[in-house]
This record gives sequence, C-alpha cells and structure tokens, in this order.
Amino acid sequence: MLDDRYSLAFRLYPYERSADQDAATPVRRPVVVMGGGPIGVATALDLGLQGIPVVVLDDHEGIGMGSRAICFAKRTLEIADRYGCAAPMLDKGVVWNVGKVFHDDRQIYDFNLLPEDGHKFPAFINLQQPYFEKFIVERVRQAQAEGAPIELRGKNRVDRVEVRDDHVVLQITTPEGPYTLEAEWLIGCDGASSPLRGMLGLDFEGRVFQDSFLIADIRMLNANFPTERWFWFEPWFKSGASTLLHKQPDDVWRIDFQIGWGVDRKEELKEENIRKRIDAMLGKVEYEIVWSSIYTFQCRRMKQFRHGRVIFAGDAAHQVSPFGARGANSGIQDVDNLGWKLGLVVQGKAPDTLLDSYHQERAYGADENILNSTRATDFITPKSRMSHIFRNAVLDLAEQFAFARPLVNSGRLSVPCTYDGLSLTGEDALIGGPARTRPGSPCPDAPMGEAFLLGQLGGGFTLLTLDADAPEELGDDGIPVTRLALYGADLTDAIRARYLGAATSAVYLIRPDQHVVARWNTYDQAATVAALRKSCGKDAA
Amino acid sequence: MTLITDPNIPDPDGFYSELIAAHDGLSDDDSAALNARLILILANQIGNRAVLSAAIRAVQCPATGDTK
Ligand SMILES: Cc1cc2nc3c(=O)[nH]c(=O)nc-3n(C[C@H](O)[C@H](O)[C@H](O)COP(=O)(O)OP(=O)(O)OC[C@H]3O[C@@H](n4cnc5c(N)ncnc54)[C@H](O)[C@@H]3O)c2cc1C
Repeated sequence: MLDDRYSLAFRLYPYERSADQDAATPVRRPVVVMGGGPIGVATALDLGLQGIPVVVLDDHEGIGMGSRAICFAKRTLEIADRYGCAAPMLDKGVVWNVGKVFHDDRQIYDFNLLPEDGHKFPAFINLQQPYFEKFIVERVRQAQAEGAPIELRGKNRVDRVEVRDDHVVLQITTPEGPYTLEAEWLIGCDGASSPLRGMLGLDFEGRVFQDSFLIADIRMLNANFPTERWFWFEPWFKSGASTLLHKQPDDVWRIDFQIGWGVDRKEELKEENIRKRIDAMLGKVEYEIVWSSIYTFQCRRMKQFRHGRVIFAGDAAHQVSPFGARGANSGIQDVDNLGWKLGLVVQGKAPDTLLDSYHQERAYGADENILNSTRATDFITPKSRMSHIFRNAVLDLAEQFAFARPLVNSGRLSVPCTYDGLSLTGEDALIGGPARTRPGSPCPDAPMGEAFLLGQLGGGFTLLTLDADAPEELGDDGIPVTRLALYGADLTDAIRARYLGAATSAVYLIRPDQHVVARWNTYDQAATVAALRKSCGKDAA
Repeated sequence: MTLITDPNIPDPDGFYSELIAAHDGLSDDDSAALNARLILILANQIGNRAVLSAAIRAVQCPATGDTK
C-alpha cells in the first residue's frame, strides 16, 4: 500500500509517528510542503530559518538513488550559502571550466567558462543530486537543533486534498494508517509528475521531445579523463546521435547517449548493451556502472503556479530538458523567491496578493529556461531534415570560422533571470549605474575585504549604500530594512564596476532573495519607503 | 571590406531558431528554394563583389578555413 517507487541513496527521514496522527480533530499547520525532493526540503529550510513552522510530507524515507542532476550553478550555491549549506557542496563538488565540442572525429572547438574574478562561488560545480539533497537535509537537522520549527515526515503520502478558501485539507497515508491534516498554505513540490496537479485537475502543457537518452554513471577503475565537459555531435564511435561525458565526485563520470525514440528500454538497460556503447566510446578502460537510466523529456509549465492556498514549485510547476542544467537550479530560485514572500504573508506583514508576484516572476523565469532549453534541444536533436542540414553546416564551419561558434548549442548553462518591468520591480533612478545591477537583477557578488558582498546581505531587506549617507535602520509596517554602508576604501574595483559604473555614489534597496528592488544616486526616504511597499505587494505605486 | 568570420550576429540563439522556424512544415524542395531566396537577398544586402567571392570560397571547403 505504501511501497517505494524507487530505491534510496540515503535514508534520512525514516517514518516516525507524529502526534498529529492521534489528534481528535485534524491539526491545522501554517505551511505544509508536499514532496521532500531538493525543492521541498529547501522550501522548509527557508521558512524554518524565518521561524515559520513547516511540515514536509514525503512518500519515501529519504533521497532517491541515481544522480539525475549533476550541474549546480553559481546562483544555486549563493542561495545555499544564505541557507548555510553551500560549504559542503563546494567541498564535495567538482569545479570545472573547460568544455570541448566534437563533431564526428574532430574537435571543433573548446571553451572556457572564464569565471569572472571576485565571486565567492565558481560558475558551476558538478555534484550528484543525492549529495546535494543530503547536504540540505543535514542543514535542516542542524537548524532543527537550533530551534527551527521544521518537521520532515517520511512515508507520509498525500492521497487527497480538498481546497477551501482559507486552508487545505489533506488525507495522508502512513505505514500505520491514514490521518487528516490541515494546512493554511500547501506548497506542491511533488516533482514533474505531480500527483497534486492531478488531484486538482490542473494543466501542464508544453512540448514533448521525441527522443530518449541513456544515462550511465560509471566509476573509472584505472583510467582518468580530465575535469572537462566533452560533448560530441554524431560521434564517430556511434554510441548515440550525441554523447556527453562529464566528471562527478568519487571518480564517477556521467555519460549521456542520445539513443532515439521508440527504443526497447528493457533491452537497452541490460548491462551488456550499455557496456557495448561505452566500450565503443572509451576503448580499453575498466569501469563499473554505478547507475543507469533512460529518460525522455518535456519542456512545459503550469499556466498558474498559484491556486489560492496552493502554490507549486520546482519540477511540479515547470519542467525543462536537462540541456543547460536548468531544472533543480531554477527550482532553487523558486524557493528563494517564495520563501520571503510566504514568510511575510504568514506573519501578517504583507497581503496575500504578494504571492501572485511569485507566479509572475517565476513563470517569467520558467519561460526563459524553457526557451533556452528548447533551443538547445532543437540543436542537439534536429527535428527536420533542413534543421539537421543547418545544424551540421554550423558544425562544419565552427572549426575554422569563429562566427559559427556562438550558434553551436549543446546547452546554454543556467543563469538567473532579471525581473525586468515586473510588478515588484521599482525605479532605476541611478544615473550612470551599470546595466547588470538594474532593478530586478540578482545582485552579483563582489569581494569585500576578506569576505564577499552577498554574505553581508542577511536574510531581510537591505539598503546598500555606496559613498552615500542614510539612516542605520528604517522600515515600514514592521518590515525592517538593514543598512549595509560602504565608504571609500570598502569600494573595491569589483564593487565599483558592478554597482557604481559611472556614478560616484549609489543607494540600492535589495530584497531578501538578493534581487535589486530599486536604486538611486542618493538616499531619499519617501522613494525608499515607496519602493519597499511596492516590493511587498502594497499600494501598487 | 573583408569577409567577417568573427561573431557578428546579436542574439545568435534567437536568430538561429527564427531561421529554423522559417522552414517549419516545408518540403525539402520548398526549403531549398527558401534558402536560395534567403542567400540572394542577403547577398544583395552585402553588396560587395569581393566579399561575396570570399564567402563562396570559404564555404566550398570549410575544413581549410580558406577565404582567398
Ligand atoms: C537526467 C537528468 C539530468 C538532470 N540534470 C540536471 C542538472 O544537471 N542540473 C539541474 O539543475 N537539474 C537537472 N535535472 C533536473 C532535476 O533533477 C530536477 O529539476 C529536480 O530533481 C527537481 O526537484 P523537485 O524537488 O522539484 O522534484 P523531485 O526531485 O522529483 O522530488 C519530488 C518528491 O515528491 C515526492 N512525492 C511525489 N508524490 C508524493 C505524494 N503523493 N506524497 C508525498 N510525496 C510525494 C517524491 O517521492 C519526491 O521525493 C536533471 C534531471 C534529469 C532527469
């Protein structure tokens, strides 16, 4: 009745009976998260660190086997750093910068991500998804010990929900039988095939791609390949229409073969058949297969991420093809976006319409991710004869002619989006300010003495002042704004280039998720309060 | 004016997807004809005989990178 649908890599939240199961009338919780994948657990961590009681329900007792996501982007690490769990990720992860692109038997070019100096985190790390999730759960355990009101309930499967005006009623199955729980807010983080979406009869529309990919994670026993991303179009070894080789921690390499549509999954997943493909590619090396799987993919999203008291995040709300590593990375940005908004609403400090901006901003992000990953997919798996001819023409030219290289698309790697012109975004009144820090942008990191700027921004609103005077503390309606004042020598070249540009002073109002609300050359009390109110969903100024 | 072989197209991904989308639903012959029309109108835009000759030579044997 409650059988596992997949085997576990780490059993981190074994079933325990909760007092809620014995309550005479159903207990009502402020926030319940359905699904304990990376997005659900991170949501709980964000809210719990704000002191908001949150319960996570997952139908398993831990993290699923199999790597799935491997590339985690700088923005994800910055968000994890705010939550206090980036250090183990960075320690364990593999940092890489170089990529090579091959066509048939020719290397057509290589690239270096050339990460900009002055950031605490690298552009990317490779890390098996189960480790990524484990580090978040470990941070939850630590936060619980420090008093954060978070509960992770394993083997709690949500089977039915009834949505009321001001709460949601959940029917839950456990190994010891069913119980009922109520939630003022229900966050759906139950993955791409979201049962919650089904229960509510909600749409999930987009494109299905007619291709499948065979993943093999292998541990090399006597060989070594460089820490680079190698991508082949139409490789000479013919193990797939395209192939990716990428390093992960523990001497494990991810190999991804594009094997076409309508394959016999059972046959393809036989070890001997997987080995045939790998041997053709790598020649005489010894390895063991750690994990393998076949996946197909879609690019689609829900029309609305918010349905009254029910809010969707992560793969449940949007799904992209893996090219570009935009799945988990964008889900973590959902959490970053939702956490502070839901926190303010639950505490009665902002109207619940603030949550509509979660949909607006993250659907905008999802559309950008879907666009990028659809384009990469179309390039990697051309859909028509002419598309294939153009694709190969680009590859034929790219080796000798640099102009063609920007057209080669084996995945545009995940970067966060800028909420240009959306409803919470305020005015850009900083004359001479750099474009990259305009309102709506995620703040770029920069060195500050021994430390880094983003680490100084804290968990609430910040007024960042550069060679500008302003009051130490300000706020509105119980929402505090903390000043971070930088003067003269604090202003490193990187901070000047990223935040001042041609200006000699600047004032930035920054949201808890480190996106810029508005900016000015000097402090103006009325303008600051107006921008703060707007970014909290009050008086649409 | 010489043949530009360094990147020169703003929003390359957007351009490429628009180009591919222009072929949606066309037969091979119709696609080839569309390409021919496109080449002719772009050639007119370039309007420089030496550059057009260099472009033709460049694509005849892309592996050499020769435009002379
Ligand atoms: C091959 C592949 C490669 C990928 N590579 C990358 C990459 O490099 N970078 C990247 O960022 N992303 C990548 N992704 C995407 C990434 O894996 C997903 O985006 C991520 O796992 C989404 O997390 P989630 O928490 O939203 O959903 P999930 O991880 O799917 O978690 C959903 C959870 O909900 C639980 N659940 C389901 N139903 C119920 C129920 N009724 N009651 C209670 N609990 C329930 C499930 O058991 C599960 O624990 C890749 C995906 C694939 C398939």
